[in-house]
Amino acid sequence: MSDLTHLTISEARAKLRGKEISAAEITEAYLSAIERANPVLNAYIAVTGDKARDMAKGSDAKLAKGEGGALEGIPLGVKDLFATEGVHTQACSHVLDGFKPRYESTVTSNLWADGAVMLGKLNMDEFAMGSSNETSYYGPVINPWRRSRLDTVVMPTTHQGDGGFVSAGGAKTARTLDNAQLVPGGSSGGSASAVAAFLCAGATATDTGGSIRQPAAFTGTVGIKPTYGRCSRWGVVAFASSLDQAGPIARDVRDAAILLKSMASSDPKDTTSVDRPVPDYEAVIGKPIKGMKVGIPKEYRVDGMPQDIEALWQKGIAWLKDAGAEIVDISLPHTKYALPAYYIVAPAEASSNLARYDGVRYGLRVPGKDIVEMYEKSRAAGFGREVKRRIMIGTYVLSAGYYDAYYLQAQKVRTLIKRDFENVFAAGVDVILTPATPSAAFGIADEDMASDPVKMYLNDIFTVTVNMAGLPGISVPAGLDGKGLPLGLQLIGRPFDEETLFQTAHVIEQAAGRFQPEKWW
Amino acid sequence: MSVDLQTVKRVAHLARIAVSEEDAERMTGELNAILGFVEQLNEVDVSGVEPMTSVTPMEMKKRQDVVTDGSKAADIVANAPATDENFFLVPKVVE
Repeated sequence: MSDLTHLTISEARAKLRGKEISAAEITEAYLSAIERANPVLNAYIAVTGDKARDMAKGSDAKLAKGEGGALEGIPLGVKDLFATEGVHTQACSHVLDGFKPRYESTVTSNLWADGAVMLGKLNMDEFAMGSSNETSYYGPVINPWRRSRLDTVVMPTTHQGDGGFVSAGGAKTARTLDNAQLVPGGSSGGSASAVAAFLCAGATATDTGGSIRQPAAFTGTVGIKPTYGRCSRWGVVAFASSLDQAGPIARDVRDAAILLKSMASSDPKDTTSVDRPVPDYEAVIGKPIKGMKVGIPKEYRVDGMPQDIEALWQKGIAWLKDAGAEIVDISLPHTKYALPAYYIVAPAEASSNLARYDGVRYGLRVPGKDIVEMYEKSRAAGFGREVKRRIMIGTYVLSAGYYDAYYLQAQKVRTLIKRDFENVFAAGVDVILTPATPSAAFGIADEDMASDPVKMYLNDIFTVTVNMAGLPGISVPAGLDGKGLPLGLQLIGRPFDEETLFQTAHVIEQAAGRFQPEKWW
Repeated sequence: MSVDLQTVKRVAHLARIAVSEEDAERMTGELNAILGFVEQLNEVDVSGVEPMTSVTPMEMKKRQDVVTDGSKAADIVANAPATDENFFLVPKVVE
């Protein structure tokens, strides 16, 4: 029954409603796939088998009565950043050692209310700080995709005995998989890897600077970061509160639309949650984009960008043009300042948010001779290197005498970044098309990135502007590079116009086809 | 701007993170790399530009100042490393 794991959410939904399959069967199929794959991929850090079976049983009872919700019986994975009642919730940090919340995040509550089944908690960069999933306390996640080499194989002439075949010989090409392990991107690396490797039907994720879109691009999956305020942040471990947004990672555009519809809501418990009805995102899929104005920003053509990515971008432009869209060149002049401004704003907010981990109310405590020594030792032992680095930067830029030079300047630049987008949208552009990442997935323990934190930060160069301006952005797989690795294109929309993103991303998906890794794990 | 070893140690204390001499030295290099990277923001002319305070223009939601939740003392201390009768236990603060 392992092919049950290959159904998309929309396919599984139809089969569950039609009683062709049961929630119990599909849940078991995922649990056994996880059992086999997880020792290799490390995508899950906690598997909640008993809970999943209970929830599936409940779903089957509802489906039998024809009362199933929008996601009834669909097995999902949950990023470890979401509080799940009574279940491991540590943001993949040692500082939250043993933490099991007594409450459920709004986003996951919405999913369970719609009938989804929880398979477990997914690996991620510690406190969502990273672009490779290597900063997790639970070790790196492995990308199910591997590089491959295209070889020309000379086929010998073979003869087989009675009734057998005769091959005439000749040449054909074959891909040979490379053994090097690649990162799935981050911070939602567990979510992306699990979705790509068929270890869940879809997953929750979060995006502060690109943490949904970059791993989606690295794994051939679809990831959307909705507009700031669309999904409640209540019960999501805070990293940088003015940038954090939850969203789904899924196998296709329709599944992402289905998941976002359930995740999004207006929530009185989050004062930045928007009071707007959640549209039926799925309804726009398949609608023509004829006459839509697509902006191509010249600032996204950066030095050293691989030719494969430039070529893919041009292909994307051609696909949208063929579908009747009008392509216009645009300029977003402050683009290059988004990443440096982000590395002031995000660490500043993080240093404040992470002050709560002090060994008093929850998590790890390392004893000290007095309370200050207890704080200092608990935090020294509990936080990993990248998290400490960001807390230090944040503390420094907020400290007396430096606030104006760094934080205030960055917030002013942020206003200019947002204004760039506002000007373009005011000129009639409906959606902006860019590459999702400046490269394909890279190797685990890449030496270049390990020696210089800024090199790792550059992964988010195309995605971070969207968070700085609070806009929605989707990453959709659009092709493979010369080494057979997936690459994504990003679409950026007006505030709360996720519908246009789904509609346009679907056109790209139709033109590009779907991509899945060759199974080796 | 760049930081020296002394500044790193001071910031680490402000952030309540214990650092060894070796940690502080490594961090000095890393922080200076990041501060060097963000320096380019100074090229931007921000005269007359308001700093961003809210990414989406919205009025902060308010609610009636009434009790809507509570009586969860046991839940609140459930995850604490040390408690006594619904109090968090910490090392002595006042001498």
